[in-house]
Amino acid sequence: MKIKKGSTSGILEGDLTPMIDMTFQLIAFFMVLINFTQSEQNEKVKLPSSVLAKPAKAPIAFPITLHLTEDATVIIGLQEISIGALGPFLVRERNVLQVQGKTTDDATIVVRAHKFSSTGRVQELIKKCQENNFEKFALRAKEDVGN
Amino acid sequence: MKLRHTTTSGDDKIELQMTPMIDIVFQLLVFFIMTFKIVSQEGDFNIKMPLAAPAAGQPDELQVETMRVRMEADGTGKLARMTLNDRVLPFLVGEDGRVQMKPLQDEIIALLGTDRGPDSIQENSEVELDCDFGLNYVHVIEAITAVSGYIGDDDTVIKLVEKIKFAPPRPIAGG
Repeated sequence: MKIKKGSTSGILEGDLTPMIDMTFQLIAFFMVLINFTQSEQNEKVKLPSSVLAKPAKAPIAFPITLHLTEDATVIIGLQEISIGALGPFLVRERNVLQVQGKTTDDATIVVRAHKFSSTGRVQELIKKCQENNFEKFALRAKEDVGN
Repeated sequence: MKLRHTTTSGDDKIELQMTPMIDIVFQLLVFFIMTFKIVSQEGDFNIKMPLAAPAAGQPDELQVETMRVRMEADGTGKLARMTLNDRVLPFLVGEDGRVQMKPLQDEIIALLGTDRGPDSIQENSEVELDCDFGLNYVHVIEAITAVSGYIGDDDTVIKLVEKIKFAPPRPIAGG
C-alpha cells in the first residue's frame, strides 16, 4: 500500500484502484451469468436427467409450459390445478393463438413433469392437450453432465 | 466535483469523489450475489402425437417398422420388466436408482443396422412406448434417451430413432 502525504493534516489515503478493479470484475461476472428465465421453472418439479437433453439451438416459437408435479397437479402460469381442470386453460391458449393468427399446429406443449410422477398422469396430460387439438409436445429433461 | 490545490508546485490536481461510486458498485454487487442462482441446462425430446390415429388402410408409406417397448412397473413405480418387440431385455439399476438401458440401446442399434441417410431404416423407424400407469416418469425419459441416440467418441450425438410415440394409456393397476 502506498502512502501519500498529500496534505499537511496527516490523513492517510489508501489506494482504491485494485479494489475497484476487482469489484467491477465481479459485477461483470455476475451480470454475464445472471439468468432471468426462471419463470419457466418451478421448484416443485424436479426434472429427470438425460445425457441427450441439450438446450435447443433456436427457441420454440409458441411454447405453452405445463408443470406436472409429483402429486399429479398441473401448474400453468401461477395457478395449480388438477389435470381434469386443464381444459379451460387450453381453450384460452387456443384463443390467444387465434388472435395472433396462428393455429394449435404452431404451438408446442412443453411438458415439465416431475421425475417421480407416474407415466399414466403424463399421458393423461398429453391426452387432455390432444383433445384441444394440440399435437406437438416437448418432454423436457435436465442435461446430465455427470457422465 | 471539488477541486483542491494540494501541491505547492503549481499543478492543479483534480480529485474525484469515490465514495458514491463505491456505494453503488457494492449495492450492485450485493444484488447480483443475492439473485445469482446456478440453473442447470435443460433440453427437450420432441414428440408429435395427433389425437386421431391414421385411418386403417392408409398406412404411412415410409413407415418401415414400429418397435414396441413395453415397460412394466412394480408397486413403487420402479421398472420391473422391459421388453422390446416382446423380447425380454435385461437392465441394470445403479446405486442412485437410475436404470442403465444399454441392452435396449444395443438392440435398437442392431435393428437399425448401418443404413443411415434419407429413407433409411433409421429415418423411418418409430418407437412406441407402452408403459404401466404407475411407472415413474424418469424411466420413460431413460428409455427415450436410449432409443434416441448416444454420445459418440467425439462428444457428438449419434442419432438413432427420432420418431417416438406413446401407446394408449393403460388403466391404473388394481383400479
